[in-house]
Amino acid sequence: MALCVRIIPCLDVDAGRVVKGTRFRDLRDAGDPVELAARYDAEGADEIVFYDITASHERRATSVALARRAAEEVFIPYTIGGGVRTVEDMRAMLRSGADKVSVNTAAVKNPDLISEGAERFGSQCVVLSVDVKRREDGPGWEVYLNGGRVNTGRDALEWLVEGERRGAGEYVLNSMDADGTETGYDLELISAVAEHTNLPVIASGGAGHPDHMVAAVEAGADAVLAASIFHFGEWSIAEVKAWMKKAGIPVR
Amino acid sequence: MRVSLVDYGAGNTLSVTRALRKAGADVELTPDPDRVARADAVVLPGVGAFGDCMRKLRERGMDEACLDACRSGKPFLGVCVGLQVLFEGSEESPGVAGLGVLPGRVVRLRAKGLKVPHMGWNHLDIVREHPVLAGLDGEAFYFVHSYHPAPREERDLLGTAEYGGRFCAAAGRENLVAVQFHPEKSSRAGLRLYENFLDWARGDG
Repeated sequence: MALCVRIIPCLDVDAGRVVKGTRFRDLRDAGDPVELAARYDAEGADEIVFYDITASHERRATSVALARRAAEEVFIPYTIGGGVRTVEDMRAMLRSGADKVSVNTAAVKNPDLISEGAERFGSQCVVLSVDVKRREDGPGWEVYLNGGRVNTGRDALEWLVEGERRGAGEYVLNSMDADGTETGYDLELISAVAEHTNLPVIASGGAGHPDHMVAAVEAGADAVLAASIFHFGEWSIAEVKAWMKKAGIPVR
Repeated sequence: MRVSLVDYGAGNTLSVTRALRKAGADVELTPDPDRVARADAVVLPGVGAFGDCMRKLRERGMDEACLDACRSGKPFLGVCVGLQVLFEGSEESPGVAGLGVLPGRVVRLRAKGLKVPHMGWNHLDIVREHPVLAGLDGEAFYFVHSYHPAPREERDLLGTAEYGGRFCAAAGRENLVAVQFHPEKSSRAGLRLYENFLDWARGDG
């Protein structure tokens, strides 16, 4: 059998609690992140992404505390994102039990973060996460920063190619157009990235039904990330996997 | 029964410690070769490059401690690069000798048309029954690697996985057992492997 497609619940964490925004707004409380992650592990999740959205300078400390607590209860790979601005931040998260760190805004501002992180800890630890939105004035997608608040005007594909050259190990593609809509991933984005780059692609934003995940994989995704569909009990991980398996997708 | 987890500056010791504890081990993470010599069972973890791993082991006198442990007959488990260094050498780090307790070399994954590193969940097919792999045939485990061992003697091959071809995912002989994947990141199946190792080390396996 071949490599399994990974199903990855994403937990947005604010001051120690899981929240989920729709289109990056409207936060609803969804519980303790480590408890929730352990439950997803037991249900068959393949990885977990914790995204720390705590808005303060304490963020590195909260991310490290989260990584350390997760190491006690979570026996699948997990990624920490959100509080990573320097190579020292990366080291702190990895030493605390995280398998990977995800970089986003800080990497756009300082692309050496990717190169240095990859050199020090290995490419497999460095996840390049990118918030993108379709261009209003033409084809393609633009890179946004600060949780989608700032448009850089930069072409997303060009940035992802640079990220690969600098040693990133995989991409998380957050489609801001699709995020929270539960109407499906941005399949054109996934295809475009899969075609122009060589790294594993994790589709993010828009999952509302397992068919959306099947479509993402058919478009070229190696893994699918989702939040609300799992947090609010619409679908369990096992149900999603059974559905995908039936559609011929290799899952664990 | 006390398990020593060899601490030589490898990155994933926290998760291996936690998983061994979860599996019921009295585990001690130690940078001290003497503690390894006195342990009842030894686990050698590893991430990163083969040459870097060997250098760090040597700097701390852990290469000799591991060799002694292997030869003493005590149960010894190698994980990922901790498996690779049990072989004689690796294409990744030409000129660097491994511990050489298993005959053969470590070679680059040649997975035509597939992404390398091989990263993610893949299925283990057991080739030869072993107490540490009991009940795990066909289970998926989490892999992150670009190289894999090629045991020279067929009897050392315990299990394979498929990624653009079959490769050795588990190897061992006598008191040695080693896996290319990360049991500490492989959920229930991985914890089962550590439980099996502890049972085997206690003589119940």
